[in-house]
Amino acid sequence: MDFKLKIWRQKNRNDKGQFVDYEVKAVSPDASFLEMLDILNDTLVKKGEEPIAFDHDCREGICGSCGMVIDGRSHGPGRGIATCELRMRVFRDSDTIVAEPWRTKAFPILKDLIVDRTALDRIMAAGGYISSKTGGVPEANSIPVPKHDAEESMDAAACIGCGACVAACPNSSAMLFVAAKVSQFALLPQGKIERKERVLRMVEQMDKEGFGNCSNNYACEAECPKKISVTHIARLNREFIRAELT
Amino acid sequence: MTLDSKIPSGPIEKKWDTHRFNMKLVNPSNRRKYTVIMVGTGLAGASAAASLGELGYNVLAFSYHESPRRAHSIAAQGGINAPKNYSNDGDSIWRLFYDTVKGGDYRAREANVYRLAQVSGNIIDQCVAQGVPFARDYAGYLDNRSFGGAQVSRTFYARGQTGQQLLMGAYSALSRQINAGTVKFFPRREMLDLVIVNGQARGIICRDLVTGKIETYAANAVVLATGGYANTFYLSTMAKASNATALWRAYKKGAAFANPCFTQIHPTCIPQGGPYQSKLTLMSESLRNDGRIWVPKKKGETRKPQDIPEEERDYYLERMYPSFGNLVPRDVASRRAKEMCDKGFGVGSTGLAVYLDFADAISRLGKHVIEERYGNLCDMYHEITAEDPYTTPMRIYPAAHYTMGGLWVDYNLMSTIPGLFVGGEANFSDHGANRLGASALMQGLADGYFILPYTLGNYLASTKFDSVKTSDGAFKEAQSGIEDMIKRLMSINGKKTVEEFHRELGKVMWEFVGMGRNKTRLQQALKEIPQIREEFWKNVKVVGAANDLNAELERAGRVADFLELGELLALDALHREESCGGHFREEHQTEEGEALRNDKKFSYVAAWEFAGVGTKPVLNKEPLKFEYVKPSQRSYK
Repeated sequence: MDFKLKIWRQKNRNDKGQFVDYEVKAVSPDASFLEMLDILNDTLVKKGEEPIAFDHDCREGICGSCGMVIDGRSHGPGRGIATCELRMRVFRDSDTIVAEPWRTKAFPILKDLIVDRTALDRIMAAGGYISSKTGGVPEANSIPVPKHDAEESMDAAACIGCGACVAACPNSSAMLFVAAKVSQFALLPQGKIERKERVLRMVEQMDKEGFGNCSNNYACEAECPKKISVTHIARLNREFIRAELT
Repeated sequence: MTLDSKIPSGPIEKKWDTHRFNMKLVNPSNRRKYTVIMVGTGLAGASAAASLGELGYNVLAFSYHESPRRAHSIAAQGGINAPKNYSNDGDSIWRLFYDTVKGGDYRAREANVYRLAQVSGNIIDQCVAQGVPFARDYAGYLDNRSFGGAQVSRTFYARGQTGQQLLMGAYSALSRQINAGTVKFFPRREMLDLVIVNGQARGIICRDLVTGKIETYAANAVVLATGGYANTFYLSTMAKASNATALWRAYKKGAAFANPCFTQIHPTCIPQGGPYQSKLTLMSESLRNDGRIWVPKKKGETRKPQDIPEEERDYYLERMYPSFGNLVPRDVASRRAKEMCDKGFGVGSTGLAVYLDFADAISRLGKHVIEERYGNLCDMYHEITAEDPYTTPMRIYPAAHYTMGGLWVDYNLMSTIPGLFVGGEANFSDHGANRLGASALMQGLADGYFILPYTLGNYLASTKFDSVKTSDGAFKEAQSGIEDMIKRLMSINGKKTVEEFHRELGKVMWEFVGMGRNKTRLQQALKEIPQIREEFWKNVKVVGAANDLNAELERAGRVADFLELGELLALDALHREESCGGHFREEHQTEEGEALRNDKKFSYVAAWEFAGVGTKPVLNKEPLKFEYVKPSQRSYK
């Protein structure tokens, strides 16, 4: 398959950046989107040009490193996949494909398609944990957890922290990300003890980082590679109100 | 070099307790005066950094990722072992210990393995307390499954994302310490050299991967938790950035490298599709619990798998190993799959694949059960191959996956360089010649939560430290060495890309040093690898600038190291004239084609000592004694 590409190139944080046109030829339909970029980069390097910088690592949809807006959608067309899982067979031959980085103030662009998502780590550091110490914890089976709660907690915990939700949201809200963590813990007896402090601190940090508020657009759920449900945002709101009022 | 394993005396079940009592402690108020550098923040690194920070040490943690959550530990799917005996099927610490020593084909250190089995239960307690949403039964208790080669159900799991959930637990604990200020995290930093002062590991040189700036950091001790070196094979199930640079640079500074030829080939990966392919995707071997592996009985079969009648299928693992069937250890399953394909029974467009079939399990249990157990794996398979594994058998093939070898460490997880500790996959200690399923997560977290925090404290409390600053000569010297290397890489301006060299090396490694090894092929590898290396340093093309975010330069340094490590791997494989675990020498097999160990000659750890690039390293031996699990030929019949 042959493709025309429009790819965002930006030297560094301060550079203005621009779209640059490229062409790739004879790409296997089974190749992943990132492998298609590998092929393009290979030709660029051979010509002595700088390859397109993009984050990637596990290439099996779990590390959350990769992510770009492809044809206007976080992680490209398709549901429930990260960019590395996107296969070229979903495009049509000789399509023009546009790829650009996550765009939000809270994720400064470092180079080309690479953004700085450490804002998410700072939200985690503000309260995304249960304060159990190493050792000194009870035997694992001493606190039963209803299967349904454990499953729902796991649904939320599946978040890979890629930032697609933020990129998809018209308000650049990180609430699906925060909700996933708050929800995971709020559903478990182990997490209930610190539920108030946790939600208040995480939301405070989220605001500080410059992420916007949820306005029930639901684009986050639609673009989430792990299909995390917006009902977790509802739980986040409940947790937040509960913490504020009690 | 003398290798002192420092195994405590006394009966095996008392060794760790005795040792913990005998170790020196650092007074709580003095701990903040000690700085520990943690390189790598995957399972082992994050859990160790969090635990050390919590104890009050001043921890500097480094990762080439933007966040600890990106480490490749996250990709582990199947589970984590612990002998809780929740399933009431006769499990015990002793049995896990026995299984691990046997599974490792009697090339692991008994005392380490026993300790691993001992602390593994605490890991589950720890993770549950952290909010890891493990699978549970309807009564709300933790669920277990049987996993790769185990006859008891001792594997705890969180769907097919156990590594992710455990890493998130460790990352949470680490985040808490970052917030508390005991751990300072340095994202997008790659360690490029170890700094040794007066014979002690006292610091590191790293490159800021965004600005390209070379930085120096000093400490009282350095811990490497940087994972394994399976990317030496180019195509592997490892993440693209996984590399051996930290290990290799430490090796070149005097740390012995143990058993480099003990590499694991995982039996259930999605087969290679084309030459553009950048990596291989692992499917958890838990699939083998319900999936039956088969090939057509007829060579060059062209019918669709569904059209091949039952009597024309060869369920070869069930046929050869009636009691273990599809659950034989990884090395056996991998080798048999390759053998079937080599004989011409392979399936798919390349003939390099075998079927893994859920049809029986679906008719027995219903599709919903299979979906619940392996839903995400089936989705992943479908995404990649565009085939539906619920109706068409999966095609699988072995791929390089894990490395049991690594830097040599003593019982305290300290390398041959005082003050340099090594945890997780990066060390060699617990898995012998073959790692059992669901044991990698266990070992990473055991090292991080429950071993390093004690043994590091003991080292700090019992060592005299001179004052060291990053302005000292040793730091300057190491820094300029790295700057020179980068300059050299940038100035070659040859014709071949870094990727091309890596693929070339990978091809040699897979063909000659992969699954079935023999003298001729290994010698061929030892001839070809130095040639590739030589050409690399004359003809590699690294574009971009050194003082910028430059993925090509990052890769160039890593591939340069793989080009040296690959040679050591082949050399070790050549010297070990026996078959054991993942190391299968074709010259040494039983009549039935099973691995044939030579305990008289090779019951030792081969710890290689650097002697210069292109010069044969010095072989040091740590004899292995088996007092509790008597070596026998592994039999899974």
